[in-house]
Amino acid sequence: MLKTFKIGGVHPPENKLSAQGEIITLPLPEQVIIPLSQHIGAPAAPTVKKGDTVKVGQLIGQAAGFISANIHSSVSGTVTSVDPVIDASGYPRPAITIKVEGDEWDEKILKEPLSQHPNTFTKEEIIAAINAAGIVGMGGATFPTHVKLSPPPGSTAEVLIINGVECEPYLTADHRLMLEHGKELIAGIELLMKALGVKRTIVGIENNKKDAIEELEKHAKLADGIEICPLKIQYPQGGEKQLIQATTGKFVPSGALPIAVGAVVQNVGTVYAVYEAVMKRKPLFERVVTVTGKSLKEPGNYLCRIGTPLAQLIEAAGGLPEDTGKVIGGGPMMGKALTTTNVSITKGTSGVLLMRQEESSRKENRNCIRCTKCVSVCPMGLEPYHLMLLGEHNKLEALEAEKVMDCIECGSCSYTCPANRPLLDVIRLGKARTGQMIRTRKN
Amino acid sequence: MSNFTISPSPHIHSGDSIEKNMYGVLIALIPAFIFSIVFFGIGAILVTLTSVVACLIFEFIIQKYLMKQRPTVWDGSAIITGVLLAFNLPSSLPLWIVIIGALVAIGIGKMSFGGLGNNIFNPALVGRVFLLISFPVQMTSWPVPNGFSTVDAVTGATPLAIVKEAVKNGQSVTDALASTGLSSSNMIIGNMGGSLGEVAAIGLLLGFAYMLIRKIITWHIPVTIFATVIVFAGILHLVNPVHFADPLFHLFTGGMMLGAIFMATDYVTSPMTHKGMIIYGVGIGVLTVIIRVFGAYPEGMSFAILIMNGFTPLINRYCKPARFA
Amino acid sequence: MMTTTIIYTIIFLCAIGIASAVILYFVAQKFKVEEDPRIDIVESILPGANCGGCGKPGCRGFAEATVKATSLDGLFCPVGGAETMAKVASALGMEVSAQTPQIAVVRCNGTCDHRQRTSTYDGYRSCAIEHSLYRGETDCTYGCLGCGDCVNVCAFDAIHMDANGLPVVSDEKCVACGACVKTCPRNIIELRNKGPKDRRVFVCCVNKDKGNIARKACTVACIGCGKCVKECPFEAITLENNLAYIDFRKCKLCRKCVSVCPTHAIHEVNFPPRKITEPATTEAKNDESIQ
Repeated sequence: MLKTFKIGGVHPPENKLSAQGEIITLPLPEQVIIPLSQHIGAPAAPTVKKGDTVKVGQLIGQAAGFISANIHSSVSGTVTSVDPVIDASGYPRPAITIKVEGDEWDEKILKEPLSQHPNTFTKEEIIAAINAAGIVGMGGATFPTHVKLSPPPGSTAEVLIINGVECEPYLTADHRLMLEHGKELIAGIELLMKALGVKRTIVGIENNKKDAIEELEKHAKLADGIEICPLKIQYPQGGEKQLIQATTGKFVPSGALPIAVGAVVQNVGTVYAVYEAVMKRKPLFERVVTVTGKSLKEPGNYLCRIGTPLAQLIEAAGGLPEDTGKVIGGGPMMGKALTTTNVSITKGTSGVLLMRQEESSRKENRNCIRCTKCVSVCPMGLEPYHLMLLGEHNKLEALEAEKVMDCIECGSCSYTCPANRPLLDVIRLGKARTGQMIRTRKN
Repeated sequence: MSNFTISPSPHIHSGDSIEKNMYGVLIALIPAFIFSIVFFGIGAILVTLTSVVACLIFEFIIQKYLMKQRPTVWDGSAIITGVLLAFNLPSSLPLWIVIIGALVAIGIGKMSFGGLGNNIFNPALVGRVFLLISFPVQMTSWPVPNGFSTVDAVTGATPLAIVKEAVKNGQSVTDALASTGLSSSNMIIGNMGGSLGEVAAIGLLLGFAYMLIRKIITWHIPVTIFATVIVFAGILHLVNPVHFADPLFHLFTGGMMLGAIFMATDYVTSPMTHKGMIIYGVGIGVLTVIIRVFGAYPEGMSFAILIMNGFTPLINRYCKPARFA
Repeated sequence: MMTTTIIYTIIFLCAIGIASAVILYFVAQKFKVEEDPRIDIVESILPGANCGGCGKPGCRGFAEATVKATSLDGLFCPVGGAETMAKVASALGMEVSAQTPQIAVVRCNGTCDHRQRTSTYDGYRSCAIEHSLYRGETDCTYGCLGCGDCVNVCAFDAIHMDANGLPVVSDEKCVACGACVKTCPRNIIELRNKGPKDRRVFVCCVNKDKGNIARKACTVACIGCGKCVKECPFEAITLENNLAYIDFRKCKLCRKCVSVCPTHAIHEVNFPPRKITEPATTEAKNDESIQ
């Protein structure tokens, strides 16, 4: 009997079309647009101006505050603009545009990894390297990693949990990374264990990636305290709280962070970036992105420089199919629909999903028939039907009492609703407004 | 410029629909319907057909002309109401009474609250109870099962009514039951007097199994009702076996099976959480036995379900699901 | 037998009634809340719509505020208007300051013809949700989203979506309670003076983008050219962030700005038709100069 989380969950068709596609390095684009806010927290402050020449890996945006992250150039060339550029949501956001000329890397970046054992670094060295490299949570939440590695005073980390679940349908970037870079990932985990001072790591991987489980188990045997934990396929197992519950059995209390139960969760993509930042002194300027879709000619996994336009990635995978009705940045459950393919790949882009015309529009929504399916699939034990009703009438106090702030916006409720009700749309707005109300009350 | 569709996540849907659930319930009702045709012959078909067609027509008229909505008669809910109403009626009921029942079920029970999803009480039961109170004689003239035989149907009492009568006259229930010659196997198959759909326990249980496999309903409501009835009726039976029938008799007679499996589990009128469903089930079980044993009516299932329907909003308010914490 | 039953019943019921009345009386005395009786008087004068347009929680909240206040400055019931306020003032023995009647004005003209749809929104029909998700179905990041949150929030049935998908305010029904102004996620709706004979001149656009971007998204956008500012003899028009704004306190409704606007972004309402129409050539020239 495989482990999984206790409450709720759904199992959408996996559709891992690109699972067999080895990671291919995407050719350099002609121009990159690197947003200055690719993370949660304050946008980075630009350190270059129009006309400057930059090298690959050079700092172009300085973290503005503790919860922020450095931004590095992903190409070598000339800065053509530091003006805001329209981003994935259609609103202009600060960004740096660089015209690509050649591929000259910063001298600091090592071609071959250091031969030192991960254990020989000090905690401070590792965190400093991660901070300098601008690493953020690469599962999609994009929370700055150095913050996560510095537990608040009074709390100690006991276990590191590595998220190799990839419970979103279609996406395979993490799967390929585990399969092709198992050794590096284990080294990265050792670095993170050292940085956190923990003796135990659990790597959670869903059981549809048997090859990755085997690969990591092979390497984990050579290291101490790393266990690979195969998990039953269930969405949203990649949610922090769900993964902690599935692997350790502990429930993170409402409103608390994972550190409350002594756990720190990191995505495998982040682990790989940590490995490169410490062992190769390489900042985070490229990542693996899955490009997929039922009509796409060659769904695959590409190593892309940050700032590369999505259009180029789609071109490499066989071009935008005629019948594309929706372009999604991320997976189908939590990804964001895009207005154009002319947006940049960022640190948090785990995949691009092209949906066919007939898959892309929702069906007509009907009356709630109170079938209880949303309640039974909610992984946080909430009552989505009730939250939607309260949200529609803007009853913020009631929403707070019904724990709307616990909602992880996984979309299981909308996914499962037989009446096609847009539950999460309304709950998300209610959650945002309730959060605002709580914040104003505190101040 | 490409014109993409934009919507908030999630971007995929399970493909589940109201129709899938409703027609799933209808499929689950087929075995019981076959049994009722075998027992009651052409009358069963006529009553059911009239009830379904009347429900569809009334729903269409009310939606289109009174509520000015786009009619959604084919979502299956009106058909279910029609079938369940028919299953609660004697197969010899005059068809005009069936039509009145359908009007009350759809018009008062469902549409006056705003249509599917908004009604507080199970529409089929609203119709049935209305008929029971308005036409008590017709509604309690039960034909004895004789299939398609051409001999005029003999009316007889249901086992529950026989027991009730016996208790009133100070007889022992066991003697009364023995006098009817009703064997336990007949009770399980459903070869006894009663409403056309309620008699065939086997058929109804088959439907229950189908709905569980298709995940249309959960086990909570029916199983808690059965368990409560067995425990409660069992205690009474142990205290005084002469006066109170044994729990299995309660389980297999009257509307117990039909009510617990198909009527109490109606999505709209049952609680939203598993904890709530268990409270609801226990309530129905206790009320049914109380009405059957101590009340004026021999049958208590419909009243028990309607009473607990009224408590559902309250149960929803106080029974929250197990939160993640 | 029968009569005694009836008599007993009547006596019993009367006894219950009297006993309950006595209990209720004492309970009411015990839990009586001392309140200024003038609150009730003022509340009875107010329209009772409980719309919150005055900024107080309902009509009773407003009544409490007026009774507490020393002067009626800053307290105004937009629904009842000057008439109601005069009654309130006389009831409380206070002076009422004159208030010009106002109306909600929708400052967007981005119909389907004027703004090209570049994506299709397929979520819950709510402006607030669409706004938080992305810039909307057109390239204009400031304009109306057309989901009708303002229509839903209006308690007076005064605002409706027209055939072009834009909200239209009814001159007669709007009481300027400001509910739509508060709910609009893009701050398109503004309360402006109703004007003599309901005549108003306003900039029907809130786009703060640079001229070329605004124009690309919408053919009737304000491009911030500043022509109206120069034209205005009363210094009522200001230009900020590429957007002209007509101060309705200073505007004298001369309508000179309307004719010079190259994109027809300045609207005049309820004026009689003009005698001389502007020569089309100047407009065409202006259009060219922008492109």
